[in-house]
Formats: sequence, C-alpha cells, structure tokens
Amino acid sequence: MDGSTMSRGLLRVLTCGSVDDGKSTLIGRLLYDSQMIMEDTLAAITRDSRKHGTVGEEVDLALLVDGLEAERQQGITIDVAYRFFTTPRRSFIVADCPGHEQYTRNMATGASNSELAIILVDARKGLLTQTRRHSYICSLLGIRHVVLAVNKIDLVNFDQQVFDRIVGEYATFAAGFGFHTMVPIPVSGRFGDNVSTRSGNTPWYRGETLLEHLESVSVEEELTQIPFRFPVQWVNRPNQDFRGFSGTVASGAVAVGENIVVAASGVSSHVTRILGPAGDQERASAGESITICLADEVDVARGDVLAPIADRPAVADQFAAHLLWMDEEAMLPGRQYMMRVGNVWTSASVTSIKHRVDVATLDHQSATRLSLNEIGLCNLSTAQRVAMDPYAQNRLTGAFILVDRFTNRTAGCGMINFALRRATNVHHEHFLVDKAARATALRQKPMLLWFTGLSGSGKSTVAKLVEQALHRAGRHTYSLDGDNLRHGLNRDLGFTDQDRVENIRRVGEVAKLMVDAGLIVLASFISPFRAERQMVREMLGEREFLEVFVDTPIEICMQRDVKGLYAKAKRGEIANFTGVTSPYEPPEAADLVLDGSGPAADALAQQVLDMIERRMADG
Amino acid sequence: MQPVQTHSLSPHLRRLEAEGIAIIRETAASFRNPVLLYSIGKDSSVVLHLAMKAFAPGRIPFPLLHIATGWDFRDMLEFRDRRAAELGARLIVHTNPDGLARGIGPLTHGSQVHMDVMGTQALKQALDIGGYDAALGGARRDEEKARAKERVFSHRAPGHVWEPRGQRPELWGLYNTRIAPGETMRVFPISNWTEFDVWDYIAAEQIPVVPLYFAAERPVLRRGGALIMRDDDRMPLNEGEQIENMWVRFRTMGDWPLTGAHESRAQTMEEVLEELRLSRVSERHGRLIDNDQEASMERKKREGYF
Repeated sequence: MDGSTMSRGLLRVLTCGSVDDGKSTLIGRLLYDSQMIMEDTLAAITRDSRKHGTVGEEVDLALLVDGLEAERQQGITIDVAYRFFTTPRRSFIVADCPGHEQYTRNMATGASNSELAIILVDARKGLLTQTRRHSYICSLLGIRHVVLAVNKIDLVNFDQQVFDRIVGEYATFAAGFGFHTMVPIPVSGRFGDNVSTRSGNTPWYRGETLLEHLESVSVEEELTQIPFRFPVQWVNRPNQDFRGFSGTVASGAVAVGENIVVAASGVSSHVTRILGPAGDQERASAGESITICLADEVDVARGDVLAPIADRPAVADQFAAHLLWMDEEAMLPGRQYMMRVGNVWTSASVTSIKHRVDVATLDHQSATRLSLNEIGLCNLSTAQRVAMDPYAQNRLTGAFILVDRFTNRTAGCGMINFALRRATNVHHEHFLVDKAARATALRQKPMLLWFTGLSGSGKSTVAKLVEQALHRAGRHTYSLDGDNLRHGLNRDLGFTDQDRVENIRRVGEVAKLMVDAGLIVLASFISPFRAERQMVREMLGEREFLEVFVDTPIEICMQRDVKGLYAKAKRGEIANFTGVTSPYEPPEAADLVLDGSGPAADALAQQVLDMIERRMADG
Repeated sequence: MQPVQTHSLSPHLRRLEAEGIAIIRETAASFRNPVLLYSIGKDSSVVLHLAMKAFAPGRIPFPLLHIATGWDFRDMLEFRDRRAAELGARLIVHTNPDGLARGIGPLTHGSQVHMDVMGTQALKQALDIGGYDAALGGARRDEEKARAKERVFSHRAPGHVWEPRGQRPELWGLYNTRIAPGETMRVFPISNWTEFDVWDYIAAEQIPVVPLYFAAERPVLRRGGALIMRDDDRMPLNEGEQIENMWVRFRTMGDWPLTGAHESRAQTMEEVLEELRLSRVSERHGRLIDNDQEASMERKKREGYF
C-alpha cells in the first residue's frame, strides 16, 4: 500500500432509516461500488434477484445486506448487523439496524459505537416523524457528524427544489442537536447517483459524493485534547518485580514522568513506564491499549480511574442522566439494578424520573416508570462512589449500562449529565450508643425475619405465633404487617408495580431502623418481586436478614380466601392482584421454605424458631 | 517473551489491535475460567498473538484448547505443537472419544455428521470437562452474512445453546459479562477484522502461520469441483480420479478432506496479500461444509458450532 492509503484510518458509520427509504439498497450500493462484493456472492444475489428481487432484471443490491428477513420471520431480534468495506483511502464499519419495533434500542446500540450517521430521507416523502426520532437519538448518543442522504432523488426527477426544501426544513429542525457537520447529499441508491460517482442528473449539486465525503470527513474528536482518563481493566502482576495497570486510554494522553491520581482515593503517583503492544513507549493517547507502571506502591484495582491531578473526573454516588430503557420489563424507580460504568460494577437504582422524553415530538412528560424504548431524564444512586464525566464531555467515562440482577439482560443504557452535589454533602451521623451496644443491653441478636408468600398463604398467622413464642422467651420483638403499614406510612401507595417497589423500600428502611434499635423484627409482606426482597437483604446485610418463604399453592390460598380477596380479584374488582393478575416470583434461595399446604401453623412456627436459635448461637 | 517490534502498523490496524487486546483482557478479568480456542488457523493465530501482547510481560493466564477431529492436516498439528512449546503455553487437545470409537469421519459419514460429532459435540465436551465459563475464538463478522450480527460477547445458555433472546446489546465498550451458573460466553476479539486486515496484520507483525497458507507443489485430486490435498491414504480414489502435483495454497484451515485448495503461486506474505487484493471470490468458497445446506452457518451456531 502506498503512503496515502488508509491515511484517515477507520470510520464507524451508522445508517438510520427503514427499508422503505432504500437503506439496504444504499448500503448494498456502497459495498458494490467499493468492489467489496465477491463473484460468488454476486452470482448468488443475481440468482436471488430473479426470485425475490423487486427491481426487474437488474441486480437488487438490497439483497446483499438483507438476508435478515428470514430471521425476522422466525422472530429473531436483530439489533445491529455490521458491514465492512474498504476504499484505498479509508476503511469503514457500517452499523445497520434493521426493523421497526425495537428501533430506539437498536439505534442506540449502533450509535454508541459510531462517529457518523447517515440519515436517510425518501425524497418523495420528505422529513417524517422517524427522521426526527433518528436525529434525536443520534444527538443524545453523542454523534456529531451527520449526512442527510436525500434518497430516491431519481423518483422526483432530480428536482433541486425538492432537495432544497428538505434540506432547509432539516437544518431548522436539527439546529439544537449539536451536530458539528451536517452534509446533505442528493442520492439514488438504486442507480448510484452521487454515491460514489458524481451524477450528470444533478448538475445543480456541486458538493462531494457520499463516498468522497465519508472518505474525507474528519471525525477526530478532541478525544486527545480532553483530559486524560484511564479506566483500569486488569492489574498485571506476573511476578514480584512487575506491577502494571492495563487498560485502554479513554481520552487524552499520558507520558512517562507525568503525575496522575487515582480518582476515587485521591492517591497520587507518577508514571514510570508505559508498555504498548510493541513494548515500551514514551507516551500513549486515546484509544491505545497499554499497561502503565507507577512509581509508588499505590492501591489500584480494576475499576479505578487514573487521571491528571489538576483535572479529575467527578466522584459521586448520585447523578443525573438520560436513561434509555431496553428491556421488556419496565424500569421502576427504587428497584436495584447492576450498573457498569467504566470497569466498575456496582448496584444502582433510579431515585426519580424527572421527565420522560417523547422521542417523536421531544416533549417532556411526567412518568412513574420507563418502558421498553422509552427515554427519561433520571436521578440515579449507586452503592459505591464512582468516577464519571458528563457524557457530552466524554463518551466513554460518561456512559453506563444497567443490567437486570436476575436475568442478567442488559436492561438500559445511560448518558450522564452531571454528578449531584447533594451526595457529597450528606454524611452519616455517628452516635455514641450503637447497635451493638443496644443489642447487648437487650441480650439478643437483632435480625429481620422476612415472610414472603401469596395472599392467604399463612405468612401473618405463622409470624404471629413466632412472635408470641419469642415474647414468652423474653425477646424484644416488633411485627411489621403490610395491611397495617398501608393505613399509615404507606397510605399514599397503591398496588401498581412501582408502588409495590416503593412500599417494600420503605418497609425495608423502617425494619433497618428497628434492627438498629436492637429488635427482632418480623415482616409479613407478599413482596412478589425477587428484586425488592434482594434490595432489603442488601440493606440489612446477610447476617441480619432471614427470608422465610411460606410456600402455599395458589389453589389452597384461593380455597381459604380468608379476606375474600381472591373472589373479588376473579370478579375483576381488584386490579393487580398477586397470583391472579400480577406475578409472584418465588425465592430461589430462601433461608427457610415452609410447606404451607400441609403442617399445622404451630409446627411451621417451630421451624422458624429453630432457625432463629441457630442464628443466635452462631456467635 | 518480548513482543515483536511493530513496524508501520496503519492507524486502522492499530485501532483493531487495541480493541482486540482490550476484549481479551476483559475476558480474563471478568470470568473465572476462560480458555482460548486455538484452531491453528490464521484467525486464532492472530488472537493468540494479541493475547500475548495483552498480558506482557506476564504469560497468558489461560490455556489453549484445540479440538482435533482426527482429520486435521498433519502440517497443522506439527505447527500447533511447535507454537505451544515456543510460547510456553498450556495446550489442551481434545477429540470426541465416542466419535473416535464409532469411527466417525467425513468420508464415511458425510461432512455434516462428521462436523457435528467431531467438531461441535467435541467442543461442548471439552468445555464441560474443563469447566470453562468463557471461550475466546477467532470468528469475524465479515466471514458470512449470519455472522454480521454476532456479538463480541456471545451468550450461551446451559448446554452451550445460542438463544437469540439471550444475546445482549453491546453499547460503547461496556460489555455485559454477567452470567448465571451453567451459562457460558463465547468471546470474539477480532469480530471487526476483515480477512484482509488479518493478513495485513500477520505480515506486519510477522506472526508465524501454518505453511499450508503459502503455495507449494502438493498432491491434489479434483473432486466435486474442489481441489483436495490427500494428506494420508484414508481417502480412496474414485474411478477416473488421479493425484496430480499442483501449485496450490489454502485460504482457510479445516479438515483436509473438507478444505478445498486453489491454484496459486503466492509463496510469500507479500504475494498472498497481492493475491487477496485481486481476488474476486469470498473466503468461504473453499470450505466444503458451508455449502451443505442453505443457512447452514446459522443452524450450526444454534447447535454450538463456532
């Protein structure tokens, strides 16, 4: 290869549009014109064109990239397919997101990894709602370079006025999106006009062809100009003589001899060595995977972020972010998720949704949850303090994903707006008399017994017997009951999923205070979701939380129907009734499972008492 | 060992190299017991090379696993053992003992049965025996349409099953590496490389590859439109077939009865690159197993084939 080859390196491109806009044909055209299509492949699609094609005797270039139709029919969700092509001047990875239903989610995935977006508009139809949606998501995900490809220009007789009108409208509408370049090009994917060769049909267009623009556009963000960030991925310690921190430089640059600080701990040192893929190097900048050695034996682990002393990231456990929800199970505020930011995994929850964004109109709406493909501005809280930058300043240290704790699905992705100061100013107050002192005075080990099960399973009955026995034995106890709390502390809550989550969160907090006071607390709540029971377990800690699953088949609960609730639910008089119209997720690893279908209540209570005794004896 | 000094890697290759190294480190950091699937071909040779760089000056913190089918080119096995010894890597070789006992082979049972029993099933056995929770491999997205949407971290349900619904969106470099007990992950550090990138990188980094990739005079026979190199005498000649000595090389590695050669005089890295630049046929053209059935890759992937 000669010197000019690949001088511009790699460009990652996202294509936005639906099949109707001719997206597949345009991508197929790019691949075809850049001679990336091999003879055997071309022979196959020529054959297929006769069979399935939509363009008569011509070769249907869309078939080069489609091939996904069969899978869509099988119900397979495809989020992003990647295509590769190379010209003598540059190489390209095209992220192609097919399908309509999962569009927001898919586009976000493609956009997160792209530097430039081609937004397709059908010249006959002009700007559509989806054009706005695509542009907004590109903007939100931080894409700064856009090509407005006004496609099917042949079908409007290569009319300049049509083109100018669309471009004018788009420029007005996209003014606030922060695009650094916005290049409109009249193209025909089917016939190739202005794709790789200048079209004789559009003499009024004097700009670059699509391919010329892709080859020449400079997207080298100021990634190397913004402050140095190095999320540590792996501690390399093969022997006593070597200790290095491996990772990829997220932004900025670093050189041997420079001072750095570990963001979370504030401990500083200086760089003594940088090992790159080819051995020692003097400096390294954004995108390089390297290993850094420091002068001092500082405490650094995976997840830590190294930064310049004078220009550190925020370190916080509360922050505001745009959250895009990707899971079929809706996001509920208060529910705990696993969050990955940089190389840190920590648990996190949304504390409030400030508003939801209507992706089509960009209007703000109030919301109590985020469903699949919805976007909201939220406040989040994490279990651990993490280093972060605003996404607008740094795409790599300002992004995070949320993962469902039970299914491990990637449930949401977020772009951090700013760290909340609040978190840094509210500290825990420490008192002279603490839990241990109170527990000693009461001569018992405080704990929370959490009874979960369907309505009518016998939770409260067993809990009452247990409390009675404990009280007789001189223990200090308190019972928290769902119905009672809903008359007071939780009277503002209903039975929707998000209210159930908040209900359990409050009960957890109250129980925690009571355990702190030294009591043995018995809580009887249907608490249908694993996630919330897990949340309470984590609030209290493993040693003080005992989950008792009263496992009674729903048929028996219905037969008993002490409160007549099942009958009402079946008549449709109660919405969201657990086991009937709302799910119950049984515990996977309860500390005790009681068979609620057979033994008498006092026998079940004895099993609980035995477990408490064992726990008390545990030291 | 000291990595080879790179000379003039293009910005494009440097970026792919950095990405590959990061993915390999991520695998080592996130999984309890990873393994590198070493198929001895050019792609897994690149992955191996990246792994050495990822952990230098230390050693690769996981073993290499080769699934031997009993029909591997002899040159491949020789190369494998030499490389493993040179690198001081821990090499595990597994062959499906049931298949071996039943005498499964491509000539007697057809390529589908052979690849399923000696390839796919053998791989699952080996992963289960080793208790590996992540397996690094050299698959690339440009190899085939069905791979274009494959994840970098590809989730496998218990039993190594690829379920479309279990695949996770991959945003930024924030891979979701969390798995439940019994689940595993396949990891593809060179997903974004093309065949040309692989050769370009092998040339620039002087990575040793199996000699079969370079042209030489070899004994071949023509069968089913392909040039088959008879690597031992287990393949009887049909009527009218004869062994010719021809100048050929291979574009992919596999079991010798299933891998077609093509006529070539490309004896050096530069000549191979030049041939690729001019080539108008896709890489998989020479693989006899892919043509077995429509959408065969997709089906194989579901079953656990790489």
